[in-house]
Amino acid sequence: MKILVPVKRVIDYNVKVRVKADQTGVDLANVKMSMNPFCEIAVEEAVRLVEKGVATEVVVVSIGVTQAQETIRTALAMGADRGILLTSDQDLEPLNIAKLLKAVIAEEKPDMVLMGKQAIDGDNNATGQMLAALLDWPQATFASEINIDGGKAKVTREVDGGLQTLEVALPAIVTVDLRLNEPRFASLPNIMKAKKKPIDIKDAASMGVEVKNHLNVTKVTEPPKREAGIKVESAAELAAKLKEAGVI
Amino acid sequence: MAVLVYADHDGVNVKDSTNKAVSAALAISSDVHVLVAGSVAPAKSAASIDGVSKVLVAKSDALSKDIAEAVEALVTPLMANYDAVLFVAGAAGKNAAPRIAAKLDVAIISDIIEVTGPKSFVRPIYAGNALESVESSDGKLIITVRTTAFKAEGNGGAASIEEIVAPNATHSATFVSEAMVKSDRPELQGAKRVVSGGRALGSEEEFNAVIVPLADRLGAAVGASRAAVDAGYAPNDYQVGQTGKVVAPELYVAVGISGAIQHLAGMKDSKTIVAINKDPDAPIFQIADFGLVADYKTAVPEFQNSL
Ligand SMILES: Cc1cc2nc3c(=O)[nH]c(=O)nc-3n(C[C@H](O)[C@H](O)[C@H](O)COP(=O)(O)OP(=O)(O)OC[C@H]3O[C@@H](n4cnc5c(N)ncnc54)[C@H](O)[C@@H]3O)c2cc1C
Repeated sequence: MKILVPVKRVIDYNVKVRVKADQTGVDLANVKMSMNPFCEIAVEEAVRLVEKGVATEVVVVSIGVTQAQETIRTALAMGADRGILLTSDQDLEPLNIAKLLKAVIAEEKPDMVLMGKQAIDGDNNATGQMLAALLDWPQATFASEINIDGGKAKVTREVDGGLQTLEVALPAIVTVDLRLNEPRFASLPNIMKAKKKPIDIKDAASMGVEVKNHLNVTKVTEPPKREAGIKVESAAELAAKLKEAGVI
Repeated sequence: MAVLVYADHDGVNVKDSTNKAVSAALAISSDVHVLVAGSVAPAKSAASIDGVSKVLVAKSDALSKDIAEAVEALVTPLMANYDAVLFVAGAAGKNAAPRIAAKLDVAIISDIIEVTGPKSFVRPIYAGNALESVESSDGKLIITVRTTAFKAEGNGGAASIEEIVAPNATHSATFVSEAMVKSDRPELQGAKRVVSGGRALGSEEEFNAVIVPLADRLGAAVGASRAAVDAGYAPNDYQVGQTGKVVAPELYVAVGISGAIQHLAGMKDSKTIVAINKDPDAPIFQIADFGLVADYKTAVPEFQNSL
């Protein structure tokens, strides 16, 4: 079984994001970039499926600037077998990414796509669902447990109110949530080994996919600031202040 | 043309989040219809929402389990009659809406917090650290609504109800089972008060012995940080934050929560924020209206006794 894992290069989750003064976006200059945490969880799960003997190959694909190679290398160091980078300098919407991934899937023919439920930059939580629709594949989103057996995946999903378990026939799209696993840190020998693993780099424009943005971003602004209030000395004072303010 | 709201309901009544999504829809068009999918019963409450002119109801088991393919098969053809469809940005809406958008070859406009024009919206990005204003060039708008940002429409209406037939398809995704958290406490989303516990609690027993009684005393819903959920102190459904639930209650009490950006993303629009934390430099104090630097072990019981 072959698993395709799309990965995204984003601002590291620990970085305090700054909005540009001209309101055209957020400042990406000299900011630490990392693999989207949800993509990391997807890579980890795919590698574990190989280690368990369920899967045989993990291919990672990233779409973005040439530096996204580093993101692919991280995945290779975690244990993925090879990478594909579709280069593009454009800020692509989820629908465009889904169309490009569909083109990659036509070439790679994976049995399953494992991917993050959302990227922590755009926070859309959409690409996996869109890809499933374009392929007419079943989807199981927000996975916290995945069991594969007999051409099917049984997936437990984190939904409002608790957990839901679905069974999807493969090939399928599974998007992963935080509690699926804890991604490993790549060991030094594996980082060295990853340098020799192949990455196929091609221009996204060569995929024969019409890329068109549907949303025009008119501005990006800072949210209203919330000021710190007061510190109280005791729990009794806290209760008194809340009563005084009419909150309780 | 009319716009459609996909109702969020519990099988009996529509939830308050639906009234809020209707309010967002009314900012786009004055002709708002509500689609109740799954069971028939909630149609009555949907029809009473102010500003709704028609309710469509489609009965089906797959729909009542929020199977994305079933929702897609129902809503996509209906979009011939609508300019926009709005889903509540919960797990079910986020699961289905992008699928419909892709089928229609249009963008998904996720998590809107403001309607600024017939095709213009504001949405948070980067865990709410930036707000993006977007204008769509699509003929059909597929939207999910962050309902905490909209007021709920009242229930003084009486719209007509029309039954429609859900497409009878077999789906390659099938429902196996579910494990829902049962609770008599208010639901986290939409609750007027929320008490959340963090990693400091240290165990499920401690969480239940400290956070739950305080919540009960305040008539509040219970929430948790990711760290508390990951460690198994509280169910996944309690997680507040960028990747959990977004809440904006009148009162939010954070106990033993440091205030990571990802947590703040889910609660910083609460009206009054109280933080109890033993570290005076915890980031949560930068946004708390009332901060108490103390060990929760003594502070929470004392607070409860002073109420
Ligand atoms: C992709 C991604 C998504 C995430 N999404 C979310 C999300 O949706 N929601 C979320 O909450 N987090 C999320 N996180 C995690 C987030 O970054 C933090 O790790 C998490 O919120 C920390 O939880 P905490 O505040 O309970 O724990 P800690 O940061 O460990 O804080 C514990 C606090 O308890 C205090 N404390 C300890 N003992 C006591 C005591 N006896 N009395 C009083 N105070 C005490 C400490 O001073 C400390 O401030 C996400 C992270 C990533 C990478």
